[in-house]
Amino acid sequence: MTDATQSGPMLAADGTPLKKSLARSLRRRKLRALALVAPLLLFVMLSFVIPIVSMLLRSVENSIVAETLPLTVVELKNWDAEGGELPDEALYAAFTKDMVAAVEAKTHTRLGTRLNYEQTGMSSMFRKSGRKIKRLDPESDAPFKEKLIEIHDGWGDVETWRTIKTHAVPITNGYFLNAVDMRRTPEGAQAQPEDKQILIKLFGRTLFMSLIITGSCILLAYPVSYLLATLPMRVSNLLMILVLLPFWTSLLVRTSAWKVMLQQQGVINETLVWLGLVADDARLVIINNQFGTIIAMTHILLPFMILPMYSVMQTIPPSYTRAAKSMGATNWTTFWRIYFPQSIPGIGAGSILVFILAIGYYITPEIVGGTKGVFISNRIAYHISSSLNWGLAAALGTILLAVVLLLYWCYDKIVGIDNVKLG
Amino acid sequence: MIGLPRDPVFKVKINGYNRELTMKVTKTTLMASALAAVAGGAMAQEMTIVSWGGAYSKSQLKAYHEPYSEKTGITILNDDSSNEAVAKLRAMNEAGNITWDVVDVVASDAIRLCDEGLAMEIDHDAMLEPAPDGTPASEDFGELIVSDCYIPSIVYSTTFGYRTDLVGDTPPTEICAVFDLETYPGKRSLEKRPINNMEWALLCDGVAKDDVYDVLATPEGQDQALAKLDTIKDSVVWWSAGADTPQLLADGEVIMGSTYNGRLFSVIEEQNQPVAMLWDAQVFDIDGWIIPAGLDDERKQRALDYLKFATDTQRLADQAKYISYGPARASSAPLVGQHADLGIDMAPHMPTDPENAKNTFLYNYEFWADYRDDIDAKFQAWLAQ
Repeated sequence: MTDATQSGPMLAADGTPLKKSLARSLRRRKLRALALVAPLLLFVMLSFVIPIVSMLLRSVENSIVAETLPLTVVELKNWDAEGGELPDEALYAAFTKDMVAAVEAKTHTRLGTRLNYEQTGMSSMFRKSGRKIKRLDPESDAPFKEKLIEIHDGWGDVETWRTIKTHAVPITNGYFLNAVDMRRTPEGAQAQPEDKQILIKLFGRTLFMSLIITGSCILLAYPVSYLLATLPMRVSNLLMILVLLPFWTSLLVRTSAWKVMLQQQGVINETLVWLGLVADDARLVIINNQFGTIIAMTHILLPFMILPMYSVMQTIPPSYTRAAKSMGATNWTTFWRIYFPQSIPGIGAGSILVFILAIGYYITPEIVGGTKGVFISNRIAYHISSSLNWGLAAALGTILLAVVLLLYWCYDKIVGIDNVKLG
Repeated sequence: MIGLPRDPVFKVKINGYNRELTMKVTKTTLMASALAAVAGGAMAQEMTIVSWGGAYSKSQLKAYHEPYSEKTGITILNDDSSNEAVAKLRAMNEAGNITWDVVDVVASDAIRLCDEGLAMEIDHDAMLEPAPDGTPASEDFGELIVSDCYIPSIVYSTTFGYRTDLVGDTPPTEICAVFDLETYPGKRSLEKRPINNMEWALLCDGVAKDDVYDVLATPEGQDQALAKLDTIKDSVVWWSAGADTPQLLADGEVIMGSTYNGRLFSVIEEQNQPVAMLWDAQVFDIDGWIIPAGLDDERKQRALDYLKFATDTQRLADQAKYISYGPARASSAPLVGQHADLGIDMAPHMPTDPENAKNTFLYNYEFWADYRDDIDAKFQAWLAQ
């Protein structure tokens, strides 16, 4: 085609330039292809892309302060937070007006909850003050400064107004700072007090333990997949059913079964005591710690490692290993130089699957992990369903997503993503 | 909504729409209006009530739902989502589609729902039945109405149970046994959150009962509580589901553990395990109903009608036949009878029984609404150490 364009326009049968005609028919084909994938595309958009984007937005969205207290926020701009002086009457008047409207719309308690994430005590302050401020008339009851401080002495505390001012921005980095054990202050980002730092630690633990789980899955899955791929069909089918059977069992059932196995009065400990290998008063602690999480999750995620490994190993022609052996290679050399390199794409695919699944797990760690075996996702679940700090949960989720993408990129750079095969 | 297409209302409405159809009406709008018609038609007969599931939902089914359905013909659908009710209601509110009619939540959740504007405000005297002697509802419930949106139904407590066969000759009688590893060696189970644990720790570290929350409000007090918990940290199994402690006690994994008193009742009386209650320093909490904000008038009226029935004096006393939680109305207490299946007197198993309630705490809602995030962060950091 390149030659054709260089040597003058080539015409199609109907006289239009071939390039144009080709483009038209290609466009039509593209449209048809698009129409075919449209249902899937729409589904992915609705159920995947839009929720993720909305989650990303939630982690920075902070319009609640400016929406609930619009006049106050304007007045706060003129107030010097560093001066250590209380704001003047104009701000208190604006605040009263805002609060009366907010109490009417019942949004003041919601704001109190939001600000309580930043400063303990705000929640009850807004709730209690709301009932009394409601009775004030924004026009005739001025001045308000004294009255508000009388209603709750928190309004006479500079720290209260500094907190409101700091968090009055519509787009905030506050949640992301919280997610990495820091906080937003009038003086800029600062580290959280040491006794409240936990999230970075949990991120580290999640990554570390997910790596261990992936590693132990590789070790356990490799021989099994090898057997599956090399044994005669009848035997390997039976083995395959054994691999898949737990896969079809409910996750909660499998996790609870591990509890029965691992606890101190459980099957493993009872057997060891009965055999005399362990003293009755020194039973092994193998649950409610990191060890419990690693065991249970390795078991639960094992099929995700075995299946890609198996399908890759199945495609390795046995004639290669036979050829190597016929040329005098030992069993080990044959395996290490011929078979293993060809099975790497399966390990890669399995590892990515297992690692990414592991990093987001929370039910299993919650049940068997005790306190030292829980993941960052347990904190995300806590903030979604218990503390209702969805902004922080979204920031944590976003960071987790970024970490996964980063690791994927590293994997691509080091191993190469073309080297991953599912079969 | 199962089996709706067979609903006669559905067919009539569909035919009606078909006749009025013009070419302009697309299939989508037809479907949407048909669905709306189905929803409207169905809801006259159905309401969705959200609760905790398990034995608790069963007691509600027997005491409230079945008699109510019999009386009115309304079908009640159960949804066991109470443990995540606040998050789900918030999501429903944002999506603008509230599918629940009545929700059973603990008091602290009711306060949060009310704070967020997700629950409807209740006028207790106008909307609920007075006591048989004419006492208005608000007085009958008394101080248990901890939020304007809340209709309390039961008082339960978080307390300790212990294995009678593992504690030796001197069974524990007071809360500090939990912190006494010398007399009672072995594991104990505590809930994986600061609430209640911090109070018990301070109490056993010599803080007077009346000062507990003042102390806990200070960073030093929080450190003191954690330091006390530190002394038993290695012997604690942390639970997150109410069923964990009963199971751990039954397995002999722990020698004592905290959980809800109704769960312990069922371990002791229904399953006959060698477990006994340690009522000392039990923490009272309240469970009850809210109506989601933003229901249309018809559904709201139906929800209120149900609640008027389900929270009257007799109905609250009836529930105690099936589960050992105390009715929230003062007027219900004298009506509490025997267990429906076991035939034992329920009164001595109620957390509110004078013999059991010699030393009690009432969950401090205001304190925990303010300090929950702060102390939880510290508590979790402490746990992870």
